[in-house]
Amino acid sequence: MLKSLYINPEKCTGCLQCEMACSYEHEGVFNISKSRIKVFDFHHEGRKVPYTCTQCAEAWCLHACPVEAIRLDADTGAKMVYDNICVGCKVCTIACPFGTINYNGDTGKVMKCDLCGGDPACANACPTGAITYVDANWTGLDKMRMWAHKTDTQPRA
Amino acid sequence: MAWHRKILRVNLTQGTCTAEPLNMEWAQQYLGQRGLATKYFCEEVDPKVDPLSPENKLIYATGPLTGTMASTGGRYSVVTKGALTGAIACSNSGGYFGAELRFAGWDMIIFEGRSPQPVYLHIEDDKAELLPAENFIWGKSVWDTEALIKQRHQDPLMRVSCIGKAGENGVLFAAIVNDLHRAAGRSGVGAVMGSKNLKAVAVRGTKGVGNIHDPKAFFAAVNAAKKVLHDNPVTGQGLPKYGTQVLMNVINEIGASPTRNHRDVQFEGASKISAEAMHEKRPTDGKTHLVTNQACFGCTIACGRISRIDETHFSVRTSPQYWGANGGLEYEAAWAFGNANGVDDLEALQFCNLLCNEHGIDPISMGATVGAVMELYEIGALSKEEIGFEAPFGSAEALIKLVKMTAEGEGFGKIVGLGSKRLTEKYGHPELSMSVKGQEFPAYDGRALQGMGLEYATSNRGACHLRGYMVASEVLGIPYKTDPQATEGKPELLKAFQDATAVVDSSGLCVFTTFAWGLPDIQAQIQAACEGDWSLEKLNLVGERIWNLEREFNLKAGFTAKDDTLPPRLLKEGCKTGPQKGAVSRIDIMMPKYYEVRGWDANGVPTPETRARLGL
Ligand code: SF4
Ligand code: SF4
Repeated sequence: MLKSLYINPEKCTGCLQCEMACSYEHEGVFNISKSRIKVFDFHHEGRKVPYTCTQCAEAWCLHACPVEAIRLDADTGAKMVYDNICVGCKVCTIACPFGTINYNGDTGKVMKCDLCGGDPACANACPTGAITYVDANWTGLDKMRMWAHKTDTQPRA
Repeated sequence: MAWHRKILRVNLTQGTCTAEPLNMEWAQQYLGQRGLATKYFCEEVDPKVDPLSPENKLIYATGPLTGTMASTGGRYSVVTKGALTGAIACSNSGGYFGAELRFAGWDMIIFEGRSPQPVYLHIEDDKAELLPAENFIWGKSVWDTEALIKQRHQDPLMRVSCIGKAGENGVLFAAIVNDLHRAAGRSGVGAVMGSKNLKAVAVRGTKGVGNIHDPKAFFAAVNAAKKVLHDNPVTGQGLPKYGTQVLMNVINEIGASPTRNHRDVQFEGASKISAEAMHEKRPTDGKTHLVTNQACFGCTIACGRISRIDETHFSVRTSPQYWGANGGLEYEAAWAFGNANGVDDLEALQFCNLLCNEHGIDPISMGATVGAVMELYEIGALSKEEIGFEAPFGSAEALIKLVKMTAEGEGFGKIVGLGSKRLTEKYGHPELSMSVKGQEFPAYDGRALQGMGLEYATSNRGACHLRGYMVASEVLGIPYKTDPQATEGKPELLKAFQDATAVVDSSGLCVFTTFAWGLPDIQAQIQAACEGDWSLEKLNLVGERIWNLEREFNLKAGFTAKDDTLPPRLLKEGCKTGPQKGAVSRIDIMMPKYYEVRGWDANGVPTPETRARLGL
C-alpha cells in the first residue's frame, strides 16, 4: 500500500519537533534550517501550518531536472534527489509550484522530503497527530468519518 | 558533549564582540544555563555593584539540552543582579529564541559595560556585531522592534529578544521579551538591559546542535520522556487544554488565592477570569476568548495561550492593533491583574497582558504593585490628585490606566514603575508591599500554603513560585500530597524541590515538565546528551551547589537572615475565609529547620563543612 503524509494544521502547536526530527534524520544535527518540512506561523490568526512536499504523481521537479538527479522511489512514491548526480542548478526549485524543494548552500545540492524511506521521522516525532503517514488512496478517510458521524438521516421522533 | 563550548563576550563600552571557549570545568560543576551563568556572574561581578551601573553584567545563557529534541528543550535564562531586588536574578524564557542562539553555535552571551549609544546585537552564526539602535528601534515597542529588525535584515526567520519602552524608561520590573510574548520576566532584568543601552539581541542560526554524546541513548530517553508527558493528566491534558490557568479555580477553592493585595485569600470573581471562562463563547461577538494553545520550541506539552481580545471592549474599541490572535493570559498574569486588584473583567486583564508584552513588563510585579496602589488609595494614604484618578479595588479602568502610565513612564506611572516596595515606603506604609527582597508575590498565598510561604521567604531572587513549587505537593499531590498547613517535613521537601529545580533551570528544559517528570526522567536525557558523569547523585549535588552559590552572592550583596521573611500581613493576619481560615505563616517554626537541612548556621550562612562538601 502506498502511503502519504497527511497534515492536519488544526492540531499543530508549533513545537517544531517535526523540523528537528527531519534535520536529524537527514543531516545528523538538530537544525531546523535544514528541515524539509516547515511550520508556518500565522500569528494574528492563531494558526500554525506545517508544509512539505506532497510527492506529486507528475512531479514538476523531476521533469525539470536536466540531469535526472530526481527519481521516483517505487516503494514509497517519494521523488528522491540523488546527491551524487545533482549539479545544484536549482531549476527544480523554480519548477516546483509549492516551494517545497530547496537549495542547501552547505552541500551545493537541493533537498526535499524523501519520506525517510517509508518511515517519516516527522510523523513519528509529532506529539499531536498533526502529521500522520496514511494510505495514499484514502487521505480523506478521517474527514469522511467525521462528516459521516455528523450526518443524521434518522427520522426525528 | 552537547555544549558548543563557545561563548560570546560583548563589551558594550568598547563595542567589541569576542568569542571565548566555555570553561568546561565549570560546565561539569554547574551544567549550563542558570547554574553556569551564575558561576560566571559570581566570578566576574562584585556583589555590591549597583544593578543599573556599567559594572553590572547581563548574561544570556542556554542549557546543554536547548535546541535538541528533548521535550521543552528551548529555554534560555538571563542572569544578572536584579534591578528590582538587588539580589541575584535569573529569569527563564521559552519561545524559540534560546534554540536559535544554540543553532548559531553559542552557549552563552556575556554583556558587560554600557554602550555610549543605544545598540542591538546581531548574530548570524559565527558573526556577531553591535549595530546602532537609535533612529531605528530605540523607543519602539517589543512588537515593532521585532518587525523592524526582520525587515531591515530581510530575514523573516530571525529570532529576537528585546526590551520595550519599560526597560528603556527604567521601570524596575521591566522584562526581556522574545518571540512577541515569551518573557524573561522577573526581577527587572529588562531594566538592567536598558541601563546598558542594549535594545535587542537578534539571532539567526543555521549550524544546529549536533554534538550529542550518545545519540541512541538520547533518542531512547527523549522518546520515553515524551511518552511520560503525554500520558500524564496534567501535562497531557490539563495544561494543553487550559494552560496554567487551570489553577485559577483550584487555588481559589482551597483558599490560597491572594486577593486585593493579600487582604483576602479568595476572589469572588475567580470563575469569571478562569481557564474555563476563556473557553466560553462571549455574548458580544459569539467567539471564545481562547483561540488555540501553542508550544514553545520543542515542547510536547504546549501550555501557551493564544487569545483574541473582544474588539468591542472599552480598552481596545478604537485600537485595532490589539485585535486578532495574540499571546494570552497565563495563570500568574490573570491573577496579578485580576485577583490582586479585585478586577473580574477578563478582557481588561487580557489588555493589561498585551500591554506588558508590547512594552516589556513583568505582569506579576506590575499587577501586584497596582494592588498596593489600590490599597494605599483605599486607606487614604494616596489621594486621587496624586494618582490622577480614582483607584479603588475592582476598577478595571484604573488598572489599565496605571499599566499604561507605567509603560510610558508618565506622571504617577514613574512611581509605580519602582515597584511596590519603594512605592509603599514613599507613602509611609512599607508593610503594604506584598513582597520578599523587593519582589512581589505571585499567585499563591504564603499563609494558606505553609511550604509556599517558606519557599517565598527563602527564594534567592525574592518572592517567586518557580524556585521550589511547593504547590505541587500541597495542592496537587505531586510527587505526594502534604497538608497545606503542616510545617513538619516542609523544609526538607522544599530543599529537595529547590535543588531539583535548579537542575531543570540549568539544563535547557521547562520546569513545567516536573508535573510529570521526576529527576530520573531528566537525568537520563542529560546523561545521554552530555559527556561526563551526570548521575542522580551528581545532579542533586549540582542543584544544591547552585542554590548555595546564589545564596552566597546575596549574602555578599548585603542580605541577611532578616531578609528571609514575609510581610507582617502574612505573619499576623489570618486567612479570612476558606479551608485555611485563620492560618498565618509559620516560617518561624520552619526556618531554623530549613537552615539546618541546608547546612547553614543560625544566621543563614553556609557552614565551612557545607561549602567544602559542595566545592564552593
Ligand atoms: S511536530 Fe506536529 S505539532 Fe509540532 S510543529 Fe510539527 S506538525 Fe506541529
Ligand atoms: S510547558 Fe508551556 S512554558 Fe513550558 S516549554 Fe511547554 S509551552 Fe513553553
